[in-house]
Amino acid sequence: MHPAYSVILFTTASGAGYGLLVWLALASLFDWTPIKSASGFTGFGLALGLITAGLLSSTAHLGRPERAWRAFSQWRTSWLSREGVLAVATYVPAGLMACGWAIAEDNTGIYALSALLTIPLALATVVSTGMIYASLPTIRQWHQPLTVPVYLAFSLASGAVLLTLFLALFDGEEAGGAMLAFVMLAVAALLKWLYWRRIDEEPRDLTAADATGLGRLGTVRVLEQPHTQANYVMREMGYAVARKHALKLRQAVFLFAFAVPALLVLGVFEAAPWIGVAAASLASLSMALGLFVERWLFFAEAQHVVTLYYGAEAA
Amino acid sequence: MTALPAATGKKLGLVIDLDTCVGCQACATSCKEWNTAGYSAPLTDEDPYGSDPHGAWLNRVHAFEASDGIASQTVHFPRSCLHCETPACVTVCPTGASYKRGADGIVLVDPDTCIGCKLCSWACPYGAREYDTSHGVMKKCTLCVDRIYNDHLPEEDRIPACVRACPTGARHFGDLGDETSAVSQLVAERDGFDLLPTLGYKPVNKYLPPRKRRDARQSAPAAGVETAHATGAAVERLFAWVDRVLSR
Repeated sequence: MHPAYSVILFTTASGAGYGLLVWLALASLFDWTPIKSASGFTGFGLALGLITAGLLSSTAHLGRPERAWRAFSQWRTSWLSREGVLAVATYVPAGLMACGWAIAEDNTGIYALSALLTIPLALATVVSTGMIYASLPTIRQWHQPLTVPVYLAFSLASGAVLLTLFLALFDGEEAGGAMLAFVMLAVAALLKWLYWRRIDEEPRDLTAADATGLGRLGTVRVLEQPHTQANYVMREMGYAVARKHALKLRQAVFLFAFAVPALLVLGVFEAAPWIGVAAASLASLSMALGLFVERWLFFAEAQHVVTLYYGAEAA
Repeated sequence: MTALPAATGKKLGLVIDLDTCVGCQACATSCKEWNTAGYSAPLTDEDPYGSDPHGAWLNRVHAFEASDGIASQTVHFPRSCLHCETPACVTVCPTGASYKRGADGIVLVDPDTCIGCKLCSWACPYGAREYDTSHGVMKKCTLCVDRIYNDHLPEEDRIPACVRACPTGARHFGDLGDETSAVSQLVAERDGFDLLPTLGYKPVNKYLPPRKRRDARQSAPAAGVETAHATGAAVERLFAWVDRVLSR
């Protein structure tokens, strides 16, 4: 599958934003940091900024972005529509919680309730994003039970890295944040490793003989393409990354989206505050790079069944 | 609405005979010609006279070679929307622009409400949907919905353009939900099949398999049997040809 940069940016940025939002709601509920205006504006500015930037960038790949509002209508059947509805719905309690924290400096009563509501809505939005891909039987590498857990885990892990930075900046329980980030990073790395093992081991048992129904005549191969130049289907669905590059890029994901941030967040322990902030900042940047590679690979390693009509050996 | 109708009155679709298709591309060009001015016009071509001409087509004619290791045969393979009974391309649509008609089962895209997110093309295993870059919306086979009910056309033209154009009669149009229809009987008679049935999309369009071919290994002259050789004269070449024909 062709990796659309706007979709990669959307799923990684808004994923981290929703992850951070979940942790901020928990921080508000359990007083992990003093509820102050400065921290409120920074924390929610970052979380809602990432979410909004992601949502806006996702409209960039649309042919008709001015009609994007129509995408809220088909939540009964479409995971893409559900994602849109949930993304917008999350703004309501998240915005209220942000107002309470940043303006009223209050995390009780209605603000506590809004924090409680934000958590399931933010998680459901990320689940919907994952389901857009996991619900497609046409793409074996996406139609996997681990697709949604991986999306959730990377959202919460990247959010936890940002939370560690946030807590280090605002005199919070940054050691707790670092432990949380470390555990979430380990969970995400483990799930991604299991996911990759699964897609490598699962047999690709559909061939051109199945796609054409001509297996009854023998082995089937493409004799002649229907057109001289690549068409939309080949450009969009036919993109594939070379196996040897994929292996290197997988290693890069483990390095930048797990090893480096996991070691750096531990830097907040027993160190001068500025070292903690610097370490958490670097961890966030490394995470961003690792996530980008992870999401790019998610597309580039996905093989669409339609490629069988265009000469793919198996799908 | 992207919710599928519980049942459709008719199941209009195509039956494509892989035995008689000669790969002439008449269906594909006729489709393009009609539909670039039809329901979902235009079907834009990009760089049409340059080095990388490509564009939206609703029908593509592939050619495959099927081989049992010794004998092989060429099969021309037209591919377009199969107007599935459970089309995931419809249910994934976030706007309701993609829909399946309750009356006749035709799957359509409303070009006025499509946002061009391309998710439907990801959901289609058959590559039936092609995105039109300049129009910014998805294009697909309409089963010539603007021909088949069109009272302004002579009766014989009220069939899809591809069916009308096929010079070998390899394309048939009709109601596959009606067991007594000509197309349904053809499917039953010729052992028509679905593409990728395991994916569960329940295509309405059916394909008829190529008929059994004469086995070239059985008809080759047996070793030791004297055969006439063409040495140049026209009459000898004629005899050689007659010999080959009779040897089959």
